Amino acid sequence: MAIAVRNLTKYYGQEKAIDDISFDVKTGEILGFLGPNGAGKTTTMKIITCYMPPSSGTVDVEGYDIFDHALDVRRKIGYLPELNPLYLDMNVIEYLDYSARLHGMKNAGIKGRMREMIDACGLSEVRHKDIGELSKGYRQRVGLAQAMIHDPDVLILDEPTSGLDPNQIVEIRNLIKKLGRAKTVILSTHILSEVQATCDRVIIINDGKIVADGTPEQLKQDFRGTETISVELKTKSANVMTEVFPKLKDLSQVESVEYRGQEGDAHRFTVHTAKGSDPREQLFRQAVSEGWVLLEMSRKSTSLEEVFHKLTTADPAKP
Amino acid sequence: MTTPAIKFDLKATLKNFSNVGTIFRKELRSYFNSPVAYVVIIVFLGFIEWFYASDMFKVNLATMRDMFTLVPWIFVFVVPAITMRLIAEERKAGTIELLTTRPLNDAEIVLGKFLAAWALICISLLPTLVHYITIAFLGDIDHGPVIGGYLGLMLMAGVFVAVGLFASSLTENQIVAMIIGLVLMFALMILDKILIYVPEFMNTIVEFIGVDFHFSNIARGVIDSRDIIYFASILGFMLYLSTLSLGRRKW
Repeated sequence: MAIAVRNLTKYYGQEKAIDDISFDVKTGEILGFLGPNGAGKTTTMKIITCYMPPSSGTVDVEGYDIFDHALDVRRKIGYLPELNPLYLDMNVIEYLDYSARLHGMKNAGIKGRMREMIDACGLSEVRHKDIGELSKGYRQRVGLAQAMIHDPDVLILDEPTSGLDPNQIVEIRNLIKKLGRAKTVILSTHILSEVQATCDRVIIINDGKIVADGTPEQLKQDFRGTETISVELKTKSANVMTEVFPKLKDLSQVESVEYRGQEGDAHRFTVHTAKGSDPREQLFRQAVSEGWVLLEMSRKSTSLEEVFHKLTTADPAKP
Repeated sequence: MTTPAIKFDLKATLKNFSNVGTIFRKELRSYFNSPVAYVVIIVFLGFIEWFYASDMFKVNLATMRDMFTLVPWIFVFVVPAITMRLIAEERKAGTIELLTTRPLNDAEIVLGKFLAAWALICISLLPTLVHYITIAFLGDIDHGPVIGGYLGLMLMAGVFVAVGLFASSLTENQIVAMIIGLVLMFALMILDKILIYVPEFMNTIVEFIGVDFHFSNIARGVIDSRDIIYFASILGFMLYLSTLSLGRRKW
């Protein structure tokens, strides 16, 4: 087990930021940490990296406890904090050299390793530039390069793609995949497609608690049954709400129907299916027997987006 | 429950001095990469040339005593400007989070930063040796007070830098850090001059806390263990406080 988080709780004053969180991360796993802002992702990461102590509970990284062997834990971890803080007045090479030395690397190893990281992160064109002059995408690469410079076993990346444009996001994502091979990675994000694209496993955290844990596929499976079907049909009936709407709603495999409006003769509905069923056949037969013309019928499978939305807004205390 | 980062391990710090050296080099380089170092040196020398060197020949004495009474007051204004960024800037930029999650002690960070700022002050003192050489050529200078004076200035600079570093560790706002540092240094400078406002039984204590009292002892050329102990203990205490303050995690 690369990382073992045990009963972690953290208070900021009176406020509980995380509440009795426990999970394990296996060696070589890429774990996505998902949750709305303020859910406790960053707090958890700051505790794992020994930036601040938890109120109670503990974390074990590669066999070292964060309280008893903080320095060993830090040696094992490469960390990219939220917002990627950097020294803007240093150039890329100076900064990587500084990071390597603070990780206890010796002269002999630094040069070669730096060349490797600069190549891997595509920094060779800007290596003599001040970090303050670099674009956001390049800065993010510098952030990743400094996190990886000492070849750590564990990578902790706090929102590594936030604030980047879509092309840069894809680049950084590929970089993480490439560099994260054979490493244990925890990355936090609130972009769901990112988790689907990069992670082996997802933990969804809300209000300081873990609300789901599994592979992206598992999570989608678990929350199946809440699928929606979008239907567009043409009918001659004058009053859709009384003549068509109830007939759709009464189908045995349909949970509920929403009316979405009309365009000329065509009317749109969103049909929510009953758990675990597929009412498309029923819909088709109903349409045929009523003489409606089906223009469109498409099923939207549950996306992680919806799982996330369900899990993180279910709390009745929140509007 | 202990904080993982706060542990002060002097033995490990001394054994692995390379971390201190790395931070020292980085900080010193960033002084010279920015205008800070040059502005400090120019302001420093400007004051000395204006107030001391212009009268040097008029005084017509082979002594540097006037310079040694002037420089501490320049320190009061220049040192806070040098030290204000040391930790406050890292807090503001968030780089503190990276720095404190590297495998090093907080004490090593504090020590490296302290030494860099101290070195900058000592470097800006170097050009004033010109006056020493000039006077030594022209007249029969008493070397004791000059050596004592420079030693005293370096010790005093050390204490001031430690005070300024502590001020910088308290806040993420550099201006606030500068003002706190300036007030503390000013207080240390005037303590031995306000004895008449202090109840009599406290006179010796207040005088002993004042930095200028010990400095003038050394600058007379008398190197007394009490003064050395004073400088060393204030310096050590301030560095210790800075380490604690750096270890405090804000949220």
